[in-house]
Amino acid sequence: MLHIVNKSPFERSALDSCLRVAPKGGAILLYEDGVYAACVETTVTDTLKAAAIEYSVFVLGPDLAARGIAPDRVIEGIEVVDYGGFVDLVEEHGPVQSWL
Amino acid sequence: MNELEPDYDTEGVVKKFMFVNRKAPYGTIYALEILETVLISAAFDQDVSVVFMDDGVFQIKKGQDTKAINVKNFSPTYRALEGYDVEKLFVERESMEARGLAVDDFVVPVEVLSAEELGGLMDQQDVIITG
Amino acid sequence: MSYELNGKVIEHDEEGYIVDIEQWSEELANVIAVQEEIEMNDEHWEVVNFLREYYQEYQIAPAVRVLIKAMKKAFGEEKGNNKYMYNLFPYGPAKQACKIAGLPKPTGCI
Repeated sequence: MLHIVNKSPFERSALDSCLRVAPKGGAILLYEDGVYAACVETTVTDTLKAAAIEYSVFVLGPDLAARGIAPDRVIEGIEVVDYGGFVDLVEEHGPVQSWL
Repeated sequence: MNELEPDYDTEGVVKKFMFVNRKAPYGTIYALEILETVLISAAFDQDVSVVFMDDGVFQIKKGQDTKAINVKNFSPTYRALEGYDVEKLFVERESMEARGLAVDDFVVPVEVLSAEELGGLMDQQDVIITG
Repeated sequence: MSYELNGKVIEHDEEGYIVDIEQWSEELANVIAVQEEIEMNDEHWEVVNFLREYYQEYQIAPAVRVLIKAMKKAFGEEKGNNKYMYNLFPYGPAKQACKIAGLPKPTGCI
């Protein structure tokens, strides 16, 4: 299963719920306002660093660029993918759970 | 409005307007709607201040490039506010720091306020519009 | 609703502002100017080009007051004033000049 999160971690609990429920070892993709979670030096950085060890965490590049987040500001261990990569993840990991 | 554009002489009815931006720029329409309202208010010579707090601080982050998501990048428009005589731009410190941002990260010069200072400023307003 | 130029159809809204800024050309500007009953000279072009640069920089069409203030800063007192601008664009400098420049309707002009 692929878990996808599009809400800001500073405003909503979607990412927290996802991390609480999703079985370890699964794949998580951050997109739209969800990409803010992938940044270094924020109040959720430690949470995401830990998540990147327990899960495969991905972040959508076009949404990072739109929000002015440079690739070197993305937490180590989180992989940046483009739209093609998004499609590949869906194919690879099967059904999508969307944490709206 | 038809024919001639009006002279925006509204002297005597100047109110203190505060716009409080609390949302990230592209996930929802709030940021753009507030920005348009700010521009319209300013054209009518109101006393406008603009606050960025919570995820609203992301609106003025430098380096936004929306080509790949195919929506309009409106972050350059914040730099036009000065020409509209909107020069009172504030960022709440806690929101900024929680998101790993500093004053150098913003496209416009801002004054950083504590939550307490911001609360005091809110108390002085005639109208507060939040989005 | 649309303008026609060299057999190409360029859509505009009910007030004549073109829908897609990318479709603008100097030729099109002349077509719009004719409909606005303006005979384009160097001074008109100066304002139109200035507006296009303003839009590039800020991504909005300025309100008339803001346009005139910016003109004053760029070209000085003799051009940055109401009289000069309304002489060039009698039905409103921001409105008419923006339309000819292919920009959206100015923000703060309702």
